[in-house]
Amino acid sequence: MTTFFEPRQLVSPGTLLAEGNYQPGFNVYRDDGKYYASMVGLADIRNNVISVIPLRGCYIPQPGDVVIGKVVECISTAWMLDIRSPYQGVLFASEFLSKPLNPLKEEARRYLDVGEMVVATVMAFDRTRNPSLTARDHGLGKIHRGTVIDVDFTRVPRIIGKKGSMITMLKKETGAQILVAQNGRVWISGKSRDEEAVIAEAIRKIEAEAHTTGLTDRVREFLVNKRR
Amino acid sequence: MSQRIVPTVKRKQIIELSESGRRMDGRTLTDYREITIQTGLVEKAEGSAMVSIGGTKVVAGIKFEVGDPFPDIPNEGVMQVGAEFVPFASPEFEPGKPDEVAVELARVVDRGLRESKVLDTTKLCLIPGKKVWIVHVDVYILDHCGNLIDTAALAALSAMLSASMPEACVDGDTVRLTGRRIPMPITDIPINVTLAKIGNKLFVDPSFEEEEVLDCRFSVAFKENGMLCAIQKGESGYITPEEVLRAVEIAKDKSQEIRKKVVESLKLKSDKVGES
Amino acid sequence: MSESKIERLISEDGIRCDGRRLDEIRPIKFQLGVLKNTDGSAYVEWGRTKILVGVMGPRESHPKHLALSDKARVEAYYRMASFSVEEWKSPAPSRREVELSKVIREALEPAIFVEFFPRTSIDIFIEVLQADGSTRCASISAASLALVDAGIPMRDLVASIAVGKVEGKLVLDVQDKEDKAGESDMPMAYMPSKNAVTLLQMDGQITHDEFLQSIELLKKGCIEVYKKQKEAIESHFKSAVSNGEEA
Repeated sequence: MTTFFEPRQLVSPGTLLAEGNYQPGFNVYRDDGKYYASMVGLADIRNNVISVIPLRGCYIPQPGDVVIGKVVECISTAWMLDIRSPYQGVLFASEFLSKPLNPLKEEARRYLDVGEMVVATVMAFDRTRNPSLTARDHGLGKIHRGTVIDVDFTRVPRIIGKKGSMITMLKKETGAQILVAQNGRVWISGKSRDEEAVIAEAIRKIEAEAHTTGLTDRVREFLVNKRR
Repeated sequence: MSQRIVPTVKRKQIIELSESGRRMDGRTLTDYREITIQTGLVEKAEGSAMVSIGGTKVVAGIKFEVGDPFPDIPNEGVMQVGAEFVPFASPEFEPGKPDEVAVELARVVDRGLRESKVLDTTKLCLIPGKKVWIVHVDVYILDHCGNLIDTAALAALSAMLSASMPEACVDGDTVRLTGRRIPMPITDIPINVTLAKIGNKLFVDPSFEEEEVLDCRFSVAFKENGMLCAIQKGESGYITPEEVLRAVEIAKDKSQEIRKKVVESLKLKSDKVGES
Repeated sequence: MSESKIERLISEDGIRCDGRRLDEIRPIKFQLGVLKNTDGSAYVEWGRTKILVGVMGPRESHPKHLALSDKARVEAYYRMASFSVEEWKSPAPSRREVELSKVIREALEPAIFVEFFPRTSIDIFIEVLQADGSTRCASISAASLALVDAGIPMRDLVASIAVGKVEGKLVLDVQDKEDKAGESDMPMAYMPSKNAVTLLQMDGQITHDEFLQSIELLKKGCIEVYKKQKEAIESHFKSAVSNGEEA
């Protein structure tokens, strides 16, 4: 049992990480009893699980993820949503409306049209079919107000912060409603458009400086200065 | 091109059978299927050959024309190899533009012939810098049962070896054909050998069903003197350096066997192959 | 022909026309993340060979009927700019470019975990801006960095280099002049940590012994290229390692 990396060491595809009795986590694969990175990122070991925190990549849906999708197609009893992934999400009418939709009598786009955005959770996904979404739980559904910005999905954990520290600070400092979706979209609803723009700018700053120390304090300072 | 689905049951069967050195069609791993060579089938061509390896059937024809030399080699003739996939050769072939498979095939066959200097192109110059012989070598895939490269290469070679070229008289700036035929300036008999890597075994002359499940393909061409003159690894799998060395060893032996067969079939004297 | 015979490409003491030793590679500079509109990109200057690679994907396959139900469809498009060579080249893809696109794709695909992304496409666009030999090797090596930059999961980086025979001697990393005048050219692509050859081609004439030596030389050369690829990744992402606060 040996590992060949320092914690948080930068690794890339093919880097030998360990040999012996471990579990391969995210972005790690096993070949002939050896563990290799499959992605550029930072190597990590926790409870015998070796993984690589990715620095690049696209969003792959996981059941339970909260995502923000943009409607790209209305089909008779469902909507196809761009969720910034290679796979479009499917939102069936039954997972969006509280009453059944009869496609002979009414059009799906009456309720949700192309271009509109929805907060949803991923119910199931196995890569052989498109991920199915639901928007029926509390806090989910069509977005009526506020701003949505796209961020690098690998930065999502940083925008949320350790145990939600960053997002809690952002909300506390600004009083705005902010939702960071796993697929790299952030919904911001503040008192004014100006307010929303400032928050968006702060989030850009987190994205750009994701891997530096003391970031939460610097972002707080930034907000205080901007809102003065 | 339709989707290639690897039949996993068949792959397992082929790999497990190969553990005891056998194959689905009864061959050992280093056997070729039966090779037949028939030349002179197309009288209007300067040379032609119908070659089959097992069920794979390819016809090749040679045509000569007078044309312009390439600017960088103004005093040499030009050899051009083309490959056509006839739609009835396989349900996967579609009529129309040659796809990358046909382009690769033609270029691999071309390299084996060209790099071995099978044809002495310096003897195909008519008026230096102005007029040279252009030799078209075209192979038509008629029936695809695996190992197109070796079959096509053998057809092209056999057609060339059996060809005779038009005699030309040069008078100032004009080229006149005498109507007589003269031997081709042939200098070598290059042989291409293809192996498939399936699992950790190498299969000489892969059949269609072996090609369906292979990891990758490896082709190497040898000159008569044993020198290597072309290599091509194909398909989206990998091969280890050790396997490459082994493949070349096997292919070297097989190339000698096939060359013997060519010499016998075409009744050539292998040291002066041009004078058929 | 006669002109190239007069100019010696290798001196008495084994130095090549550009000052390199027989087994010395040219200066190689890789750079990641050079394009904005792609999912991943890389640029390489390999001696005077200059190539830009952009990767799009994994994304939905278009047209949809080309999608594969069990894996991502990988396509490579190797194209030479019309001004990249001595004489103007027609921008329409030649047969050579069609074949190279195929073998480059086949050199990269074994590295990619294509089975992770069924029904999607990964497109690798290669634009040769200036060609001075070994363009397929430089393309493959740069493309594997563009794939890393796109965050596409891979088994290893694919490193590639060519060995040629010039004036009877084997030389590593063939430049254009040596390729044109040389007796053979043998490019190889290799995943060092998997001991996997993913591309191997040869044209020209070599003996069996020279072939064995070439394979050794190619492995050594690929490992040198591999080191440079790793350095480029390191330098591109180094800001991420600097004692970051954990997310």
